[in-house]
Amino acid sequence: MPCSNLIDRFLGSGFMSEPQNAFEMHDIVKRFPGVLANDHVNFSAQVGEVHALLGENGAGKSTLMNVLGGLYMPEAGGIYVGGQKASFHSPQDAIAHGIGMVHQHFMLVPSHSVAENIVLGLNRPRFFLNLSQVEEQVIALAEQYDMKVNPRARIWELSVGEQQRVEVLKMLFRGAKVLIMDEPTAVLTPQEVDSLFHTLRDMTRQGHTIVFISHKLDEVVAIADRVTVLRRGKVTAAGESAKGATKAKLAKLMVGREVLFRVVKKKAQPGDVVLSANGLTTNNDRGLPALRNVSFQLRAGEILGVAGVAGNGQRELAEVLTGLRRMTSGTAKFGSDLLDPSTHWQEIGQRLAHIPEDRAAFGSVPSLSVAENLILKSFNRGPIAAGWSINSTAVHQNAVRLVDEYQVATPTVETPVRMLSGGNLQKTILARETSGHPGLMIAVHPTRGLDVGATESVHKILIDQRDAGAAILLISEDLDELLSLSDRLAVMYEGQIIGEMPTEGADIQKIGLMMAGTKVEG
Amino acid sequence: MSNNDLIALAATIIFGALVSGSPLLFATLGEILSERAGVMNLGIEGMMLVGAMGGFAVWFHTGNTFLGLLAGMIFGGLLALLHAFITVSLRADQVVSGLAVTFLGTGLSSILGAPYVGKAVPQPIPVIVPLLDRIELQQLIMVLIGLVLAPAIWYYLNRTRPGLNLRSVGEYPSAADSLGINVYRTRYMYVIFGGLMSGLGGAAMSLVSDPGWVDGKTSGLGWIAVGLVIFASWDPLRGLWVSYFFGLLRRLPLDLQNPALPLISTANNPQLGRIMDMLPYLATIFILILGSREAMRKRMGAPAALGTPYIRGERGL
Amino acid sequence: MNLPWKSYRLRIETRADNPGWMGVVSSILGVILALVVGGFVLRAAGANDPIGTYREIFKEGFGTLKDWQAGIFALLTNTDCPKGLLCFGPISDTFVKASPILLTGLACILAFRMKLWNIGADGQMFMGAWAATGVAVFLLPKDTDRTVMLTTMVLAGLIAGFIYGAIPGLLKAWLNINEIIITLMLNYVAYKWLEYFVVVGPWSIGNFESTGRFAPSATWPRLTEYSKSIPVLAGLTAHPGIFLGVIAAIILAWIIYRSRWGYEIRVIGDNPKAARYAGISLARNIFLVMGISGALAGLAGMNEVAALRELTGHFQRGYGFTGVIVAWLARLNPLAAILVAILFGGLLVGTQLIQPQGIASMLQGVILFVVVGTELLFRYRFRLEKITPSAVTSAPESSNVK
Repeated sequence: MPCSNLIDRFLGSGFMSEPQNAFEMHDIVKRFPGVLANDHVNFSAQVGEVHALLGENGAGKSTLMNVLGGLYMPEAGGIYVGGQKASFHSPQDAIAHGIGMVHQHFMLVPSHSVAENIVLGLNRPRFFLNLSQVEEQVIALAEQYDMKVNPRARIWELSVGEQQRVEVLKMLFRGAKVLIMDEPTAVLTPQEVDSLFHTLRDMTRQGHTIVFISHKLDEVVAIADRVTVLRRGKVTAAGESAKGATKAKLAKLMVGREVLFRVVKKKAQPGDVVLSANGLTTNNDRGLPALRNVSFQLRAGEILGVAGVAGNGQRELAEVLTGLRRMTSGTAKFGSDLLDPSTHWQEIGQRLAHIPEDRAAFGSVPSLSVAENLILKSFNRGPIAAGWSINSTAVHQNAVRLVDEYQVATPTVETPVRMLSGGNLQKTILARETSGHPGLMIAVHPTRGLDVGATESVHKILIDQRDAGAAILLISEDLDELLSLSDRLAVMYEGQIIGEMPTEGADIQKIGLMMAGTKVEG
Repeated sequence: MSNNDLIALAATIIFGALVSGSPLLFATLGEILSERAGVMNLGIEGMMLVGAMGGFAVWFHTGNTFLGLLAGMIFGGLLALLHAFITVSLRADQVVSGLAVTFLGTGLSSILGAPYVGKAVPQPIPVIVPLLDRIELQQLIMVLIGLVLAPAIWYYLNRTRPGLNLRSVGEYPSAADSLGINVYRTRYMYVIFGGLMSGLGGAAMSLVSDPGWVDGKTSGLGWIAVGLVIFASWDPLRGLWVSYFFGLLRRLPLDLQNPALPLISTANNPQLGRIMDMLPYLATIFILILGSREAMRKRMGAPAALGTPYIRGERGL
Repeated sequence: MNLPWKSYRLRIETRADNPGWMGVVSSILGVILALVVGGFVLRAAGANDPIGTYREIFKEGFGTLKDWQAGIFALLTNTDCPKGLLCFGPISDTFVKASPILLTGLACILAFRMKLWNIGADGQMFMGAWAATGVAVFLLPKDTDRTVMLTTMVLAGLIAGFIYGAIPGLLKAWLNINEIIITLMLNYVAYKWLEYFVVVGPWSIGNFESTGRFAPSATWPRLTEYSKSIPVLAGLTAHPGIFLGVIAAIILAWIIYRSRWGYEIRVIGDNPKAARYAGISLARNIFLVMGISGALAGLAGMNEVAALRELTGHFQRGYGFTGVIVAWLARLNPLAAILVAILFGGLLVGTQLIQPQGIASMLQGVILFVVVGTELLFRYRFRLEKITPSAVTSAPESSNVK
């Protein structure tokens, strides 16, 4: 190995046809509480290539790249750059070795200019910022890669695509040879995607290496030279040529497995249509389309699972159905009521249960007791309400009953709810939401962060509700959970329902393809 | 009145405004930097008071005005250190901590300053200057310091690397953090700087612009500074103008007692004086209402992370 | 936080357990520490015997055991207070001082419960005083029945305070303007407003900065008015105002802990998103809470003016800020505020004659600092952690792990 490095250095990389690795990751192990995110992963990319890193939610791609980018330190394993072992204690270390990362969430100061953002945190110039000089350098650098940028523009004036360009320039300015891009096309318009790909190819021609994290097969096939697939923290395909691979094969590598059917359930007996959504269209917080003409029907007594990689509109779908976001067009009807921010939510809230994605931020009032949290939806009606006051006996009795029924482990019902473990908090929320026998339930990532026992409890509660006749919309990142709980499955991609099918007998490979963007029949 | 007399009168009024506004300017400049780093310090009044009292005391015992000003700075800085510790390290609420600083400063200056009430004050050193005839040298120096400091701070803020770091910490601390900038240390530094400047402002009051120490010397000036920072859109150069403008407003009741100006003389219209006293505060409220829309706010320049303690790993800024 | 000279790092985690008594302990600790620090400051100021000073303060504010014994005896036997003793004097003065403090404290408690930082209680108090004075001196004839007069004054104080508090409330509800600065600025507007009327404007009498004495019907009845039949009450200025405060505290406590509206307030204060989800109206509550908070402070103003029997340009500033401290020390509990207000009343009375002035303010500052500091110590666990390679970067809190 050292020999060929020497020869390469003397003769230049273009001379030898044997490709060099820009970096190598050996045997990386990264653990978080309760989950092994990277399980002895080997990953490397060659100089001058675009290498895609593919995988579904929770596969470990971002974690692995965060290790490479210096944000996390692995428990085991090593990183080698140019043959030398390197240890990254911070993003600055990674940059010093020529590895820079462009995150999904840009780290740009909105009120500052492009030049100021690019030069932030550098060592030179030390004191006096000669901004006009920096601006010239930025323009020159951008031209080198055929990018257009106005270094004086304020970040908030720029489009998302332009902001991404600034992030890229930031890394290039610091001498990054390897650029890691985390789901870069998630926030771009189709034209911006084309522009980005053009830039990336330009960069590889000039000797840069791009690692491209994505779940979108079409793009991977379009831009990447090679693909590595991760699933559940392990590598299922290392450095496959992207040209040769078929999408079907990649999808299978992404999701293919024995599905663990964790839950035993009776066959569903669907009743009347409870929720009918027609042409739901809305934008996300950035003003980009998040839902495009989504239509579906949900019947009583069935669970409709919504699969898809995070960021394809699932959050906006839940928000639109629970009145937290306005639709730009389309209607959602719950029975005879229209679901819309201006609807009487206190009234509808009795029949519609919402298990929110972020239970701490949304679903609970941390300093109030368990008992007080349980009456969040019912405090304005009897028997809890008594004239102007709240009947504390009724509150207490209600709490004792629910805590017992849903097996919430809490010292007392007066304990502040923030002291409960995640699983018990979730059970409390479920108790509150389901105790009124709702006709419709919208559950978003209900078992995220919960241990096995709590997960089982939650699943049981959902199934019980379904058997009692509730219609449940289950949005989750966990494909196993979706497959074992849902009666029907819809797959979302880029704001549309790209496929819908009964879960029984569903082809997981087809599901994988859909999650990655390919419309498949059946 | 002859033209020359009018010009002389105008010059006197203007210089009076500059003198009266300089202590305010110091405090405002200090708080601008502190808030640009993201930390609001409502304790300006307290810091000014300990600066005024401490500075006066040190002058009293040493006879040296410069030492007095320096001492005032240090006392102000010490109080600010307390605020920095509580809000940056302990992540406590900035409003309450600031109020506590004010209480503490008010009380300390009152207790420790009791022996200095009504004592002899520094002798003014006269100097002849065109247009203004005789003025005090100390006051001239103080005004000049302010006139130099404001643009210097502007330059520091907008054209130097430490200034860029400072602004980034106040706008988007986690981005700054991810690029290797120490958010905590930055905030400490500029909160303390704010204290130094407020202390300087207080000492400037008790030693130069309005010599002497009495309990509650600054009579609410520190609170005006809080509003002025907003009024100045967190910009040092605008801070210059607004501070002097308010210096003018404060002096106007005195200046307008000249019966030669019957229409607007507040000797004839004391009510007018009170109404004008309200102006700074109403103006600040007005500015805030104007700035309530996001688009305006962007142009107004409120640091995005102002008031939120920085906790690494937490969502948001 | 990286202490550069050590390879340690301060790690701050939220405590899982948090018993209620920790709050009480931190408040008591605050007071004790404040006294200790104050002792040092007094020493530095030349007072040789800080503990003696404290004893003086306590005596002035609450009276000695002898005073109490003599007073109770005199009450039971319906005789005069013996010469040389103060009997109920100190405690009476303390109650007088405590009533506006209690009311502004309650005003702050209500607002803070919903995380609305009403620092404008002082201004709202001034406006209440102004309105009550307007009724007393200009609106109603001097010979109006006392009950009618006082009731109207109370209403005037409440309404004026409500309006003045609702202004920042509306600005916050509609335009999301930070209420801290607005209420602060409005304080000063209120100060000047009052000055305008009383010092230079239509209400001033002659060259004095005062409206002159109110008619007797416009003042609180004082204990001393009954000294003909109960001699021990001679000279005591205590008045029913304190009861207004106590009643307000009890009502506020019921509202917060037992009523449906109080539930809404607590939910909003703790998690506005969850409140919105539960269908609770944020805007309406911001308006109401700020308004009622202002009304309480306005009532404090009326209370003062009816006790002082005139409105002057020297109307005491600062009660609103003391209210902030009371609210914190009382841990936002209205009933606890009664105790804290009496304590502070005693403090203010006791330090009136002590030189140097400013002790009260300094002690308040230290108390606030210590309370804030210790509260954090109890809420978070502070650990010094040695920096090891794998501990350098922290794991994310949510499981958004890909």
